[in-house]
Amino acid sequence: MSSLMSVLRKPIVEGDKSLSDVSTDVITPLERKPTKLWWIAFLCSATVLIIGVIAVVYQFKMGIGTWGLNKTIGWGFDITNFVFWIGIGHAGTLISAILFLLRQKWRTAINRSAEAMTLFAVMCAGVFPLIHMGRPWLFFFITPYPNFRGPLWINFRSPLVWDFFAISTYFTISLVFWYLGLIPDMATLRDKAKSKIKKWIYGIMSFGWNGSTRTWNRYETVYMLLAALATPLVLSVHSIVSMDFATSVIPGWHTTIFPPYFVAGAIFSGFAMVLTLMIIARKVMNYTEYITVDHIEKMCKVIIVTSGIVGIAYATEMFMAWYSVNEYERFTFINRAMGPYAWAYWTMVTCNVFVSQLFWFKKLRRTVWFVFVISIFINIGMWFERFVIIVTSLHRDFLPSSWAMYSPTIIEIATLAGTFGLFFTAFLLFARFVPFIAISEVKSVLSYGKHTQEWPKSQQIAEQKRKAVAEEVGN
Amino acid sequence: MSKNYYLGVFDNEHDVVGATRITRESGYDIHDVYTPYAVHGLPEAMGVKSSRLTWVCLMFALLGFSVALSAQFWIAGVDWPVNVGGKPFNSLPAYLPVMFECIILFGGLGVLFTLFVRTKLFPGKKELTIHPDVTDHRFVLAVEQRDVAFDTAAITMLWEQYHVLEIKQLSEA
Repeated sequence: MSSLMSVLRKPIVEGDKSLSDVSTDVITPLERKPTKLWWIAFLCSATVLIIGVIAVVYQFKMGIGTWGLNKTIGWGFDITNFVFWIGIGHAGTLISAILFLLRQKWRTAINRSAEAMTLFAVMCAGVFPLIHMGRPWLFFFITPYPNFRGPLWINFRSPLVWDFFAISTYFTISLVFWYLGLIPDMATLRDKAKSKIKKWIYGIMSFGWNGSTRTWNRYETVYMLLAALATPLVLSVHSIVSMDFATSVIPGWHTTIFPPYFVAGAIFSGFAMVLTLMIIARKVMNYTEYITVDHIEKMCKVIIVTSGIVGIAYATEMFMAWYSVNEYERFTFINRAMGPYAWAYWTMVTCNVFVSQLFWFKKLRRTVWFVFVISIFINIGMWFERFVIIVTSLHRDFLPSSWAMYSPTIIEIATLAGTFGLFFTAFLLFARFVPFIAISEVKSVLSYGKHTQEWPKSQQIAEQKRKAVAEEVGN
Repeated sequence: MSKNYYLGVFDNEHDVVGATRITRESGYDIHDVYTPYAVHGLPEAMGVKSSRLTWVCLMFALLGFSVALSAQFWIAGVDWPVNVGGKPFNSLPAYLPVMFECIILFGGLGVLFTLFVRTKLFPGKKELTIHPDVTDHRFVLAVEQRDVAFDTAAITMLWEQYHVLEIKQLSEA
């Protein structure tokens, strides 16, 4: 970063921060007592979470007969919510891993919270297949382990088994990637802590980190490797989720476009959720100088791209239904757009394809409240996308006598609300107890201390030569 | 045997990188440099080679691949073959997703635990913090004092060119 470039390129962090300013700014909210606003938000989300817990316990006891499913529509709200939450998680991994590999330094202010969001979203997603199993206390039957039932192994040809492997791997790798990034910050907290108990807790959690460059060197290598592993992983997770549908022979599900279409949709919905959360958090926690309007604008650009991909996928599905000359396929898609669930289909198209086009205007991308409103629209639209795919493909099957309609019961709605309660409760606790911004990573992108003071002349010249060589190699 | 270290405390990464390079080029043994964040170019200035953990990751990934492949073939093809829609028992394409996930899971966890073992990081470790502000805003260059001929005056002069803030001596039992 030369002094010339800093004129052309805006700094990532605003407000001319020094290194210790960053530590102080991030640690202060953790040390002071929670605000009234935090308590209100926490109590509201915890209440919703408890409602959800009651609903889940009731379902465990009564079974999934409490749902609005029928013989025709075997998958409804539950799988819709599962796919929705998994999709939300994808933005966190995209920000933390893919943007890291692409050397997008602006990610440093948002990656910690986006990754936390991933973890909580995957936890919410995991609730649904667990209930759907019917006998959730036997969930471990899905793992391949030697047993006294034969041994009766799992069926590795089943996409549901692939799903189990994909999601548990995704959760594990996301968790360790997040925690690895947290270790240096825990050491900062340990060294800054005033009370003995805090020092002790952060001491344990920081694994004895001392800032040694020999350790940093290996740490950076492993961080890069985990990012490189998480990138194909995140693409595989939603691809495999889509195969739950695509490997079946149901018209509307049996399409090869599903894996890329689901991945793009996941990133799209995830970024909308990141925006929803960040716009609130940056104001409430006073991080407007770290999570800047530039960050919001960049995320809006990602939304334009993924919205375009999703729009093309909708059009391609329609085109292929017509072009295939398969009457069942054609019927399903005409039914989707003009049948009894047309309202859901057009909600989806409006929110996902049309509304997000407003982000082409720079002025709107930089108007924070407007971005917030649009992000809510996209969240709703992407939930409806999963609902449309699942319910409209099932509700009118090959035999008109078995056509049916689906509407969720109060128990199903309470479960969905409960996962939102879990998500926000976990996120609020995270914001209280864990550094919301990756302290050490933000420090590395500050302009502070890069070319501020003179070196001895001979070394200065040697350094310039090294830089020139490094630039030629492409560094 | 006790070891003696000579510590230079610096204010910013630019200075510490320059000081590290000149110190090493002048023939001193650099014990380590402690920094609040990963400083670009510092391992090169210290003469630290790039890590071989990448190869460890590859080995674990290959382990995951072979475990997943052989386990699936043995389970679904040998131990208890189940006829699913008349499809072959040893259907490789169907095994790919689980193989893929196992490659990533084994590679990721394997290299992470190797890192913790290699850098001796573990929960509850008691670490001698070399300077209280090293995880906040200071950069500390530690040089090992091997013998009595160690020229402290010369190294002080060297570091002053790079705006050293503070020079300390430290003995470790």
